[in-house]
Amino acid sequence: MSTVMGSQTRPAAAQGGHGAVVQPMWVRVTHWVNALAAILMVMSGWRIYNATAFFDFRFPNSITLGGWLAGALQWHFAAMWLLFCNGLVYLVLNVATGRVQRRFLPLSVRALVADFTAALRGRLSHDDLTVYNAVQRAAYIGAVVLLVLLVLSGLVLWKSVQFPLLRTLLGGYEIARRVHFLAMCGLVLFFLVHVAMVIRVPRTLRLMILGR
Amino acid sequence: MSLRNTMRPAVELTALDRRYLVKEAGRLLPLPARRRFLRGGITLGGLAMLTGCNVTDTKMAETLLMRISRFNDRVQGWLFDPARLAPTYPESMITRPFPFNAFYDMDKAPQVDAASFRLQVGGRVRQPGSWTLEQLASLPQQEQITRHICVEGWSAIGRWGGVPFSLFLQRVNADLSSKYVAFRCADDYYESIDMPTALHQQTILALTYDGQTLPPMYGFPMKLRMPTKLGYKNPKHIVEIVVTNDYPGGYWEDQGYNWFGGS
Repeated sequence: MSTVMGSQTRPAAAQGGHGAVVQPMWVRVTHWVNALAAILMVMSGWRIYNATAFFDFRFPNSITLGGWLAGALQWHFAAMWLLFCNGLVYLVLNVATGRVQRRFLPLSVRALVADFTAALRGRLSHDDLTVYNAVQRAAYIGAVVLLVLLVLSGLVLWKSVQFPLLRTLLGGYEIARRVHFLAMCGLVLFFLVHVAMVIRVPRTLRLMILGR
Repeated sequence: MSLRNTMRPAVELTALDRRYLVKEAGRLLPLPARRRFLRGGITLGGLAMLTGCNVTDTKMAETLLMRISRFNDRVQGWLFDPARLAPTYPESMITRPFPFNAFYDMDKAPQVDAASFRLQVGGRVRQPGSWTLEQLASLPQQEQITRHICVEGWSAIGRWGGVPFSLFLQRVNADLSSKYVAFRCADDYYESIDMPTALHQQTILALTYDGQTLPPMYGFPMKLRMPTKLGYKNPKHIVEIVVTNDYPGGYWEDQGYNWFGGS
């Protein structure tokens, strides 16, 4: 797993060693707060879904949060504040510090295809943790898009009368329910792949806790 | 009511442990404002993350969640726009059959005698007293085809007709600066709503469903139909209405559901 892209030697800092900070404090804090909020939202959301179960299955109650519908709703409408406020902080700081440009752009389809095929062959390098590869960029942007979609569709479910423009954009109340559910599926899928990748490259976990 | 998370094992935390862990969490955060918010808002969540212990099943969690629910009441009250109407639909979109939903089976729906029925009105009104169904039917009536949204997530479109509630409140000379309107029902259900919603133009005291007298399974003798609120907030089989400033609660709210329940 040590294929090096290019032949330069990289300074210790670029390897995410004990050098300069790779993930600033605000990234790490918002990351973990988001992780917690998203887990609370998904687990309580599953219990809420179970109350009607518009697809042909239910989530086992043991993996849901809240104990019953009222409890699940309480958790859901509490954690939503955490998810929303923390998410807003994350997005604003990413733009304000220029981190979006540095870490997520550019993102080309060509680079994405190249890095994805390399990943499938086990040849995607993780020597330089200061740079996100194209697959990471797409995945993280995708996760943000899914979370935004969850929040917007969630607002339609919560307040379909008070947010008429959002309601119309999302196809009305019943369609917004399906959008909300499908976006959750996408987020859970991202979560599973994300955790698998962290296990694959454990240095990244250290990076997201200690920053370097 | 207990909130059970059966996924994690329960661990006893002393009060001292909790305080120490919260302080540790607080020290990891750079901005004082954010630290304050997080400490106030997710103290238990942060603990759960740091310690892997089951803190979702405690009295503290229940109290915090109820407090946030009451905070959400205020937010919803602020979001509520009295001028904004719920969407209406053509007759072709009415859900047939319209679902029956209650905390009991359909055969237990109360059977109220129309002739002897009297609606009692009291509290902060200058003209308390009782109303017959004929008297209510003689008031101006209004129809609507709107979406009923249940807190369980499903929805159904129905057609209701009845007295605009704001008009009724004016007829009994209610103190419109009061905070709450409370309802007592024939099936032991009870509910209460905020005054702004009571005065909303689509809030009606429904006497008919789909052009026919409201049948027992849909709430005879009357139901308060509000397309700006979730289904459980729309009380059926109403026998008494009281205008009050003392928080009256509600059948489901007293068990943990949100009080404002607005859509």
